[in-house]
Amino acid sequence: MAPKPWVPYLLIAPAVLFLGALFLLPLVQTLVLSLQGEGGLSFANYARMLGDLNFADALRNTFLLTLVVVPVQIALALLMATMIARIGAGRDLVLWVWVIPLAISDLAAGLAWLAILQSTGYLNSVLFALGLLDGPTPWLTQETPVVLFIGIALAEIWRATAIVLVILVAGMQLIPKEFGEAAEVFGASPWQRFRRVTLPLLKPSIQSALILRTVLAFEVFAVVYALGGRNFPVLVGEAYVWQGENQNTGVAAAYAALIMLISMLATFVYLRVLRTPREQMA
Amino acid sequence: MADILIDRVAKSFGAARALAEVSLQVADGEFVALLGPSGCGKTTLLRIVAGLETASGGRVVIGGRDVGALPPRARGIAMVFQNYAVFPHMTVADNIGFGLRMQKRPVEEVARQVGRAAEMLRISHLLDRWPARLSGGQRQRVAVARALAVQPAVLLMDEPLSNLDALLRLEMRADLKAVLREAGTTTLYVTHDQTEAMGLADRIAVMHGGVIEQIGAPGAIYARPATRFVGGFLGSPPMNFLLCSASGGRAAIGDFALAAPQDGAVMLGLRAEDAVPVGAAEGIPFDVRVVEPMGAHLLLTGAVGDQPLRAIAPPDAAIAPGARIGLRPDPARLSWFDPETGRRLEAA
Ligand SMILES: Nc1ncnc2c1ncn2[C@@H]1O[C@H](COP(=O)(O)OP(=O)(O)OP(=O)(O)O)[C@@H](O)[C@H]1O
Ligand SMILES: [Mg+2]
Repeated sequence: MAPKPWVPYLLIAPAVLFLGALFLLPLVQTLVLSLQGEGGLSFANYARMLGDLNFADALRNTFLLTLVVVPVQIALALLMATMIARIGAGRDLVLWVWVIPLAISDLAAGLAWLAILQSTGYLNSVLFALGLLDGPTPWLTQETPVVLFIGIALAEIWRATAIVLVILVAGMQLIPKEFGEAAEVFGASPWQRFRRVTLPLLKPSIQSALILRTVLAFEVFAVVYALGGRNFPVLVGEAYVWQGENQNTGVAAAYAALIMLISMLATFVYLRVLRTPREQMA
Repeated sequence: MADILIDRVAKSFGAARALAEVSLQVADGEFVALLGPSGCGKTTLLRIVAGLETASGGRVVIGGRDVGALPPRARGIAMVFQNYAVFPHMTVADNIGFGLRMQKRPVEEVARQVGRAAEMLRISHLLDRWPARLSGGQRQRVAVARALAVQPAVLLMDEPLSNLDALLRLEMRADLKAVLREAGTTTLYVTHDQTEAMGLADRIAVMHGGVIEQIGAPGAIYARPATRFVGGFLGSPPMNFLLCSASGGRAAIGDFALAAPQDGAVMLGLRAEDAVPVGAAEGIPFDVRVVEPMGAHLLLTGAVGDQPLRAIAPPDAAIAPGARIGLRPDPARLSWFDPETGRRLEAA
């Protein structure tokens, strides 16, 4: 029986319809909202967003956080995945413990780190007990931006490295062990083996993890909100403020559209730069 | 000097025993074939020598050095994997040159060696291709070229020609033998193809169920198998086995009698080419059931009494299915086995 060319399209049609109704439609609506001015189409909302006092900070903070958090997460997850690959007995237990943060909502994670980092939190108690502090010291304020940034980055890394780990562990399991063995027999050191064999063969998984994590990093909100409130403005936070406090859906939609644009650009770049030609797949 | 000493190496995977105290010595520059049926532990033994598997007991010494604690890359070996393990993300040329690049050899030397190895395996025209676009046989030759390119002192090969067509395999076999002999490479070569082992090896180690049953020169193993298994595994058609009982130093098969090494139940091992078809009145009585013309000879399948047997006859012999003929064995080329243990019986 000859394969019918339309069968694959038929099979993905339900998914496409679902996405169209619940994803594409709201997306278009957001765009329309952001472009609605006093009398018809206008860029007034965007102008207002750009002129906003917090806009530059929010943009900078979001990018800075993404640029720091995502590479650290990828590197950490690679290290952890490599370690897991070498564990014999107990491997599942270690993996299970490492992915526990996945089960915690980002707001809860933010609150957990707040308990550690706030002025009467665990960190200060320990530092005080060690005689390094004289009393409660606030870290999460505008006056301590570096510590605030580090705190938020740490919480994000702690919270969301596990998803990268899961993707990379799954990817590593797909690489036949003979490739690593052949490299080893032909004189590759552990580092060369990682660099010349594991990493290139893992590229498709790394690509998926990067896309997922970058897009989510641009949408960072709950952890930031819990730890810094508006001391550390980020894009989604500003959208929230414009929608909630300022009751201005138009500007909020403009923020949302901007985040979407950045995410799509990042995804596009990853898809191009980390492309694996079909003939080079494992 | 790169000789290999395998000393009472054992390996179990959990409760399953893959190797039981295997010992084998490969002299410097020697070519030894590990021959045996599927699952007998050939790959396991090779991987232990390479350092990819840890033995449960015993030791491996390469070039006078106990390599038990050394990682594979420090053992001075090259290997052809049974499933090739050709890197999918590198071109054929990069694959072949991988070992040399790991050794940080100059670029020109890498290019030269890659060209040489590719030429020998007739894959020069494939150097720019990606492995995913190659046939199984071509990929296998890339794996062999990758191992030869580093000019190793010790070469481990796991069924390196299994995926080639008959003609190419014959050519590669001859080329491989010439190149390895010239380079003086110590080679351990796994195969389950007995003609390959016979043609290539200085010595053959026949494995069965995690044990080496016999080690020796191809001719010696063929002519004087140490066990019934070895006799049956080597040769095509396989050796025939006829159970008979002997008394007074003579074993009777029908009306025919042969000098036997011991009295009681004995098993005669008779190769098809070691018996000449004669008239029905003489020799071992043989009822022919099927006649297959093989070109060089006729292959006769039938039975002696109720025991199956295969024999060969000249291509122009007039033998019809259903006929009874006689087979006159060459007394100098017979093997006798103990039917209980399967071990060879020597004439007293
Ligand atoms: N990693 C493993 N775990 C458990 N059992 C194994 C493992 N590797 C091999 N074995 C077992 O050890 C025995 C020997 O296997 P091995 O691969 O050495 O056979 P082989 O002689 O190379 O066979 P073939 O000709 O099919 O390649 C087999 O019974 C196999 O099931
Ligand atoms: Mg094998």
